[in-house]
Amino acid sequence: MILKILAQKLKGAATDLLPIVLVIAFFQLIVLRQPLPQLGDVLFGTLLVVAGLTLFVQGLEMGLFPVGEAMAHALAAKGSLFWLLVFAFALGFSTTVAEPALIAVAWEAAEIAGDGGLISGDTAAMESYAFGLRISVAVSVGLAILIGVIRILKGWPIHYLIIGGYGVVMLMTIVAPKEIIGIAYDAGGVTTSTITVPLVAALGVGLASSIRGRSPLTDGFGLIAFASLMPMIFVMGYGLIIFN
Amino acid sequence: MEFIHDFTRVLMATCRDVLPIISLIAVFQLLVLRQKFPHPGRLLAGGVFVVLGLALFLAGLEKALFPLGKLMATQLSDPAFIHGTHTAAAESGWTAYFWVYVFAAMIGFATTIAEPSLIAVAYKASEVSAGTIHQWGLRITVAIGVAVGLGLGTFRIVTGTPLYLYIMAGYVIVLIQTLAAPKKMIALAYDSGGVTTSTVTVPLVTALGLGLAASVPGRNPALDGFGLIAFASLFPIIAVMGYAQISHWWIQRKKHGEKNAL
Repeated sequence: MILKILAQKLKGAATDLLPIVLVIAFFQLIVLRQPLPQLGDVLFGTLLVVAGLTLFVQGLEMGLFPVGEAMAHALAAKGSLFWLLVFAFALGFSTTVAEPALIAVAWEAAEIAGDGGLISGDTAAMESYAFGLRISVAVSVGLAILIGVIRILKGWPIHYLIIGGYGVVMLMTIVAPKEIIGIAYDAGGVTTSTITVPLVAALGVGLASSIRGRSPLTDGFGLIAFASLMPMIFVMGYGLIIFN
Repeated sequence: MEFIHDFTRVLMATCRDVLPIISLIAVFQLLVLRQKFPHPGRLLAGGVFVVLGLALFLAGLEKALFPLGKLMATQLSDPAFIHGTHTAAAESGWTAYFWVYVFAAMIGFATTIAEPSLIAVAYKASEVSAGTIHQWGLRITVAIGVAVGLGLGTFRIVTGTPLYLYIMAGYVIVLIQTLAAPKKMIALAYDSGGVTTSTVTVPLVTALGLGLAASVPGRNPALDGFGLIAFASLFPIIAVMGYAQISHWWIQRKKHGEKNAL
């Protein structure tokens, strides 16, 4: 019984991974016409990926989703708007501020700004620039989850907020310094990590399903969209303040 | 031995990523909510599975697929492969990079299918829609969006057209679609843009962008190498709303009423 379930889950994870293996094999053997280097390593790594994905999906169902939903229900039952909003902001801020991808992007951005003469090229100036960038992205993700939660509570249609947000992004793109724009667009993509996404999705769906008159599908989703949009606005704003 | 060292490093990094979340939930449980979760043992086991699974997943990717994928990205954008000679012919047009676009699109599709965040969102979407949104339907639609986005994104790097023109045009399409698409799919479509770019896709795509910008004559990696992630976040939104529109229209036409299948 357990073996059968396990076999099924492993098969699911292997299917998820199959396209990558096929694409790499196709390009390596047919387009580039080169043998696969270190075949043993590649096979071993692929097995690890399959095992890891199986465990992760199992853990989602058992741990991450229930925790997110339990928190949403408990906070909704408590009925304190203040604590719900504190939780929303803290969830966004704390998971983003130490995100390795963000630290890497912030440092890269500091190097580009230093080379371009936008900030002085010494290490202290670059570190303070990178730190400022990280803090503004983390604050923006915190605010994004907070606004997203308020939207679920009030039942505002998501498209007004998102279209408004994109409008702001477009306007900021026109006035912001050129050097920050690429970083700003990419910052939206790096903020949402693999552990944050399921938790935030469960929080949204849990909240929407515990409030009367909200649909989990229409109102519960959308938090991740805010978390990708806000950093773009904040990073361009940071560029405007720092460079002018 | 070397592997155990690598795995421990990845595991520690994953634990560090989870630490703020655990502390936040613990603080709220102890100080604000003061009530116990149901089935704490099961939740704990689930949490351990997530951390262990993610660490294994990342360690495996680093060992097998990332080195190979990055190597291929550099080989495909190498002048020796593209022009058949070692001297970069500055005047060969954008068509010389055919295999680069195909690789970008296919690797974008493949990595999106394996993206754990997207698996999570598809799972939730299927659950709350009582199965009318199929997990695989959503994942394949998003993956096609990423594929088109990356194909176009690499074309932009090769031709050197400004990033903001594409992004603006994309936003306008999203705007028009938002007005026309079935309302219940809009939030999910917007969310699909954010989940495509995490663990698997970003490292490969960044390597491809920087490698390509370095090898195309006249491109600056610092300015032109970025922006592929923005493409990979924008096009899935268009794809999911487009799919919702087409299936809505199809259902309307066939008058099937009972099934709003995605």
